[in-house]
Amino acid sequence: MADMNGDSAFVEFDRVQKSYDGETLVVKDLNLTLPKGEFLTMLGPSGSGKTTCLMMLAGFETATYGDIRLGGVSINNIPPHKRGIGMVFQNYALFPHMTVAENLSFPLEVRKMGKAEREQKVKRALDMVQMGAFGGRRPAQLSGGQQQRIALARALVFEAELVLMDEPLGALDKQLREHMQFEIKRIADSLGITVVYVTHDQTEALTMSDRVAVFNDGRIQQLAPPDKLYEEPENSFVAQFIGENNTLEGVVKEINGNRAVVQLDGGEIIDARPVNVTKPGERTRVSIRPERVEYNKDRRQEGVHTLKAEVLEFIYMGDIFRTRLRVAGNDEFVIKTRNAPDQARLQPGQQIEIGWLPDDCRALDA
Amino acid sequence: MSDATQEQTGPMVAADGTPLKKSLARSLRMQKMRALALIAPLLIFVLLTFLAPIFDMLFRSVENQIVSDTLPETVVVLADWDGSGTEAPGEDVFRALYFDLFLAAEAKEHTKLGTRLNYEQVGISSLFRTSGRRLDDVGEVWQDWLEDIDDQWGEGAFWFEMMSGGPADGDVLSSARTRLATLTGDSMRGDIGFEPSEAISTLLPRTAREYTAWAVFTAIEDEDVVAEEDPWEAVYAALAVDLATPGKADDIAAYSGPGAAQLQAVAAQLDSLPPVDIKGAFADIDEDWLAIDNWAAIQVYSPKYTSGYFLNAVDMQLGPDGAEARPENQQIYLMLFRRTLVMSLAITFSCIALGYPVAWLLANLPARKANLMMILVLLPFWTSLLVRTSAWKVMLQQQGVINDVLVWLGIVADDARLVMINNQFGTIVAMTHILLPFMILPLYSVMQTIPPSYLRAAKSLGATNWTAFWRVYFPQSVPGIGAGSILVFILAIGYYITPELVGGTTGTFISNRIAYHISSSLNWGLAAALGTILLGVVLLLYWVYDRIVGIDNVKLGG
Repeated sequence: MADMNGDSAFVEFDRVQKSYDGETLVVKDLNLTLPKGEFLTMLGPSGSGKTTCLMMLAGFETATYGDIRLGGVSINNIPPHKRGIGMVFQNYALFPHMTVAENLSFPLEVRKMGKAEREQKVKRALDMVQMGAFGGRRPAQLSGGQQQRIALARALVFEAELVLMDEPLGALDKQLREHMQFEIKRIADSLGITVVYVTHDQTEALTMSDRVAVFNDGRIQQLAPPDKLYEEPENSFVAQFIGENNTLEGVVKEINGNRAVVQLDGGEIIDARPVNVTKPGERTRVSIRPERVEYNKDRRQEGVHTLKAEVLEFIYMGDIFRTRLRVAGNDEFVIKTRNAPDQARLQPGQQIEIGWLPDDCRALDA
Repeated sequence: MSDATQEQTGPMVAADGTPLKKSLARSLRMQKMRALALIAPLLIFVLLTFLAPIFDMLFRSVENQIVSDTLPETVVVLADWDGSGTEAPGEDVFRALYFDLFLAAEAKEHTKLGTRLNYEQVGISSLFRTSGRRLDDVGEVWQDWLEDIDDQWGEGAFWFEMMSGGPADGDVLSSARTRLATLTGDSMRGDIGFEPSEAISTLLPRTAREYTAWAVFTAIEDEDVVAEEDPWEAVYAALAVDLATPGKADDIAAYSGPGAAQLQAVAAQLDSLPPVDIKGAFADIDEDWLAIDNWAAIQVYSPKYTSGYFLNAVDMQLGPDGAEARPENQQIYLMLFRRTLVMSLAITFSCIALGYPVAWLLANLPARKANLMMILVLLPFWTSLLVRTSAWKVMLQQQGVINDVLVWLGIVADDARLVMINNQFGTIVAMTHILLPFMILPLYSVMQTIPPSYLRAAKSLGATNWTAFWRVYFPQSVPGIGAGSILVFILAIGYYITPELVGGTTGTFISNRIAYHISSSLNWGLAAALGTILLGVVLLLYWVYDRIVGIDNVKLGG
């Protein structure tokens, strides 16, 4: 473990377990290391343990077993108010009886900072989130997006090096959410702070993070940068959870280096890249991203594997066309095609042939 | 959009050109009417059974018509008397009093007035009662004298014949009806089979007035025939008063109506008329009738409305020269008001101190445990108030549970047992216990709406547990404290049963005094004045509270 305690380890979870009732583990053996300045997102469905991890880091929950270290120091027994970690809550938790400026001044006051210095820092923090003119307002007089900015400014005003965010954009509408994603990322980058961000929205996770930890069932299923996570999911949960995904079930016939031959349940035999299948005879789920499937013969590359398909549904979505097909007995097989001038609009009932590169097709656990 | 709003200069109008406000009001009218119809049954019920009786009761605090209703003539004549002087009123006042009191005694109304005036001047009640019985004797003097002259004067039929006949004097009859109606509260309408003649009411005005009053009373109250009944003694006294008027003999000589002969026979013997000295007659009945204090009390309380009850309620009294402080040893109500306020405040604060932690626990426990605790909090509501108060008697008395335990533990000596009941301590303890749920419930419902994330946020920002509580949690729970305090304070200030049972003499409230005046001393006017002041104090405090804390900040939930 000594090598992980180097300069790069700022936040560290070491074999952390958490149980609320003494019968089941909500977090099972969590090991996670964050270097300084990283934007890490914990992504997962509700009940996957991601918020519990955040609460343990903030100090509101204690780990049942294991060590949580901050800057190399174990913080298990340090109360939350001494950890110096900024936090943005899901419902903002702005104090309703204080003005915006008083809210921001609060962490500075409890640190016994002088009045002039406080005012200066509050002003700078408000300017940073472009809310300089709102210092005298009460939180209830602000819109959701404005409250969100204030909550962010409050978590940053006392210059915490680590900021935790618990689904901070959950209550905003789509457009504002996308705008704030960009805003948060920009501020985090410009201040060089370390951020642990919890969300169940995979788009948010992909667009903002340096690395994403996908949680399920109390474990990290995969910890990787967004592109790797999307293109190279390590198991079928990650493949399903991140982005849209087609799965075909079958049995591994043989594995030959980075080629696996899979016989689908419908009888078709396809090639795939083996990811976490090890020996022939294992059941597997083959995963193909919808945008990697091509039905137009002219565009197909060399070595493409083809299968017969029947068009079931065509949905016009503006920038793309989403077409649902029946492939090897699977009615939920989806392909996405760009809305280009030469792109055909497939009709339901049409019989077509689809194909993909074996490299885009990953044989995962069943 | 901005162009459109700039064009609009006058008030907004609806599509048909009517002002928007009017249009809106019209469209909402139906809704309002429906809402009104829904609350109407309750509203009417509350108005009739609650508000109307309360206002009627409060009105009694200034009402004083009983004096002028019972002694209408006396009050008028007495107005000219100098109450701050040293001389009792003159003969004219006593004459008015005689006829007023005689009628009141016949209608059995004089004791009520005696009771009323006794609140202001001790002794008047018995004075009225004994005098009422002996007024008959006063008139008998002249009755005997008249019957000696002619037996006919003792016969009802003769009197009836003399008083009626000829053109009738309607004014005398209607004023007699009004006089009796005011006195008894009955309507006094109906045929009485008698009309006083104009000639006799001009000749013998006092006699006509008293005879007519007797006639109305006889016909309507006693349901007898006027012509067959003998008039009462006051009529003879009235005739004596008329006969004693200077120059009456000449008028009688000129009179030619019914009974002229008998009247002239009496006029011929006027020299032997027993002297008309009603003041002296009253002095014979009771020396106290010459006491200035009694007359001063009657004079001061003559008006239909009085501030006397309110002055009483603040330890003052109404003297001939206006309001004045009561003697030191008769002052009690201001002290009681002060005690009620101070003890209610003490109870409110102990409720906050005990209720706040419980409410906090309730709001922060998991639902199942919170519900169980809530049942414990509400448990007292399911037992009788009397049982709870009596339980405190058992706990706190000198031979009670707490003293026994303390003695057994050796903390308190057996001969120095603590006095914890029948004093202020007992009242505060018992009432805090009884009113505690009224503090906990509003506190709980407010605290429930404070998300735990506020405390977490404060701690994550670097606040210690105490700072987070005091700066973040507590200010948000203030509306609950406000609601609970108003509830507890207002309930405490008017509490009656518990102070009555455990308060002894030093722990009773103003409400106990009000109850005493309602049910024991029957001085409802004073009770109403005390109640009105209490209501005023509560409203005033409510207003002050609104100014300081703001009623908008009071939350009972949600």
